[in-house]
Amino acid sequence: MNLTLQIWRQKDRNSPGQFQTYKMEKVNEHMSFLEMLDVLNERLEAEGQEPVAFESDCREGICGACGCMINGAPHGHLPRTTTCQLHMREFKDGDTITIEPFRAEAFPVVKDLVVDRSSLDRIIQAGGFISVRTGSAPDANATPVVKDDSDRAFDAATCIGCGACVASCPNAAAMLFTGAKITHLGLLPQGQPERYKRVVDMTAQMDKEAFGHCSNFGECTVACPKGISLDVIAQMNRDLLVAQFKGRTEA
Amino acid sequence: MSIKLEAGAPGGPIETAWDRHKFSMKIVNPANKRKYDIIVVGTGLAGAAAAATLAELGYNVLNFCFQDSPRRAHSIAAQGGINAAKNYQNDGDSIYRLFYDTVKGGDFRARERNVYRLAQVSVNIIDQATAQGVPFAREYGGLLDNRSFGGAQVSRTFYARGQTGQQLLLGAYQAHAKMVAAGKIKMFYRHEMLDVVLKDGHARGIVARDLVSGEVKSYAGDCVVLATGGYGNVFFLSTNAMGCNVTATWRAHRRGALFANPCYTQIHPTCIPVSGDYQSKLTLMSESLRNDGRVWVPKDPKDCWDDAAGKVGRHPNQIPESERDYYLERRYPAFGNLVPRDIASRAAKQVCDEGRGVSYKGRGVYLDFSDAIKRLGRKGVEERYGNLFEMYQRITGEDPYEVPMRMYPASHYTMGGLWVDYNTMSNVPGLFVLGEANFSDHGANRLGASALMQGLADGYFVAPPCIGNYLAIQGARAKDTNAPEFKAVEQDVKGRLSKLLAIKGKRSVDSFHRELGLLIWDNCGMGRTKEGLTKALGRIPALRDEFWQNVSVPGSDTGVNQSLEKAGRVADFLEFAELMCLDALEREESCGGHFREEHQDAEGEARRDDEHFSHVAAWEFKGVGQRPELHKEQLTFDYVKPSQRSYK
Repeated sequence: MNLTLQIWRQKDRNSPGQFQTYKMEKVNEHMSFLEMLDVLNERLEAEGQEPVAFESDCREGICGACGCMINGAPHGHLPRTTTCQLHMREFKDGDTITIEPFRAEAFPVVKDLVVDRSSLDRIIQAGGFISVRTGSAPDANATPVVKDDSDRAFDAATCIGCGACVASCPNAAAMLFTGAKITHLGLLPQGQPERYKRVVDMTAQMDKEAFGHCSNFGECTVACPKGISLDVIAQMNRDLLVAQFKGRTEA
Repeated sequence: MSIKLEAGAPGGPIETAWDRHKFSMKIVNPANKRKYDIIVVGTGLAGAAAAATLAELGYNVLNFCFQDSPRRAHSIAAQGGINAAKNYQNDGDSIYRLFYDTVKGGDFRARERNVYRLAQVSVNIIDQATAQGVPFAREYGGLLDNRSFGGAQVSRTFYARGQTGQQLLLGAYQAHAKMVAAGKIKMFYRHEMLDVVLKDGHARGIVARDLVSGEVKSYAGDCVVLATGGYGNVFFLSTNAMGCNVTATWRAHRRGALFANPCYTQIHPTCIPVSGDYQSKLTLMSESLRNDGRVWVPKDPKDCWDDAAGKVGRHPNQIPESERDYYLERRYPAFGNLVPRDIASRAAKQVCDEGRGVSYKGRGVYLDFSDAIKRLGRKGVEERYGNLFEMYQRITGEDPYEVPMRMYPASHYTMGGLWVDYNTMSNVPGLFVLGEANFSDHGANRLGASALMQGLADGYFVAPPCIGNYLAIQGARAKDTNAPEFKAVEQDVKGRLSKLLAIKGKRSVDSFHRELGLLIWDNCGMGRTKEGLTKALGRIPALRDEFWQNVSVPGSDTGVNQSLEKAGRVADFLEFAELMCLDALEREESCGGHFREEHQDAEGEARRDDEHFSHVAAWEFKGVGQRPELHKEQLTFDYVKPSQRSYK
């Protein structure tokens, strides 16, 4: 198939960017979306032009490195799919595809389609962990966990930290991301001692990073390649409320 | 340099060796730990676990990763599980049995005492991860579930659906994040290590490039820990992530660290076949699929299809039972579809070499679930493999509930790596090497669910006391990056980057990588011959020369330049590949993942030569294009007597 690509090119964080148009001919439908960009980049490189900068690593949908807006949707329109797992058979001959970076104040553009998502790391650093020094753990079967709780914790723990939830949200909120970690750890007995401190600390960091607030659009859960449910946001809000009753109001 | 390879493992009963060794090691006084700076490169299971653990102990850790976040490291992609000798199933497992299985599985090419220690600490890993909140699969009673994996006769594999690596890595990442917030780990995101710096013969720092600004800078410490993964991307197409590379270990090798057993690579039998020339990487499908899927090819080559050659063949569902060859069940009746990875991979290659493969260029075999669907129902199969089936369908556009899956082996893991002693330290004092980057525990073949175990064992439990011992002996030293040793290495690194940018040739970086990969895959992949290896050794230097004359690396050394990043890595693969082929040529035997076609029995099974090759081959760098010097570490087996593996 033949395609027209409109790709956002931006030299660095402080330079203005603009769309550039590239024609792609004879694109194989079995290619992945990123392989299609590889082909473009090889062509540009051989011509001595700078290739389009984009991130990807595992190309199996699990590392969370890849991600861009494809025709206005993070990772494209196919449900529960990362950019690397999107294949060209989802497009038609003659299509024009617009490709731009994730847009959010907390995700400054590094170059072209690459953004800085270290704000998400800082949210985890604020409290997204269980404090257990290496060597101090009891026997793993000493604490049984209700299977249903464990399964729900797992569902929340599948977050890959790609940032699609932020990119899809009109408020650029990171609530699905933050709520997922709070839910994962908060459902497990091991996570109880720090449960309320965690929610206060992580949400405070979220605000500090200039992420917006949730107004229940639900775009995030649709964009999430792992299908994380909005329930995690409700769980986070509930824990935050309980934390206030417990007198934990400051991070 | 005269090098004597001493593993330094204590003698006496193997069961108490590690405890006795720990007791004999020196300890840094708690109040003095903050005087030491430790450089850790890599944030996968081994790197993140080591960084977090060392920081908890009180050391200052400088941690580097080339990705935008520590959580991206490729450990995240491991699907299957992690072994541990917990014996929660009461099915006869023990530390000794895990040790025995691992030594045997590695085809008697691993160091016995290392493997025993690995089996010992495996139980602590599960405790640690569970306490961190890793959501391992559980039974209805609330206790942990296990499964049998990779042909093991006991159920000792702990798992978290098909995402065990992700969950274990996130556990380590979270422990790491806590120490970043505590100020004990200083994290350098998007920084790539490009060289190691030695001072007075000890590893004392690294030179790294900031991939955003392009700045090249030195970092000094009291020791250096490399946890930088394997070299599987030498094949270009592999299940490794795009960024996985040999640069850190290869640069350390060039500075004096010995590279051990580079020819030991693992080819995973169940990956989605190549679909075209544009292919950038291959996707693994968990080998748990072989528990219920049956592997076959058509008996008649006329029934095979190949879209590259325009050959249509026959639809698999139209081929009757009597015209299918379930070759694993036929050749290995006892283990059937569950034979170890190396055997399953080679068998697939053999039937495809016979012209009985299917899909692009005839490189694929069927993995059929129709019997399993009849037995378990579609829902039963969906419960076990739903996410894998979904992934397969997304990539291939085919529905595996209706049409058999297609699989072909691909490079997946590398057992070779930098030589380390029992303390995980290379022959360069102060240079520690952990996880897949070292060579030590898997021998010539790694068993399923053992990689996660080894990475975490090294990072959490093995390396920290050994590093403490080294530091206690050396004492804290001045950390001065203005020292001439640092400046000289910085100049080397900068010179190399400028050289790459100045070539301004006509070929893309990837085109060289792809050509190298194909050459190595054909000649140093699943089957190796003297003839093929000699041919590859003849071709690599020419390709390397062409690279340095005709590669196109656009842009500059300031700011983000992904072409420059890739070019540096491919340049190192072009040197490393030569060593890998040489090692394969010199090892005149077949063992584990290393199959020399000259060394097989009448039935096509691997034939080891314990008399001449029961050693670790550790190579010393002598210059690009110069023959490296071979050093041997003899392997002795006091507990598990070498025998020919049989899976019939």
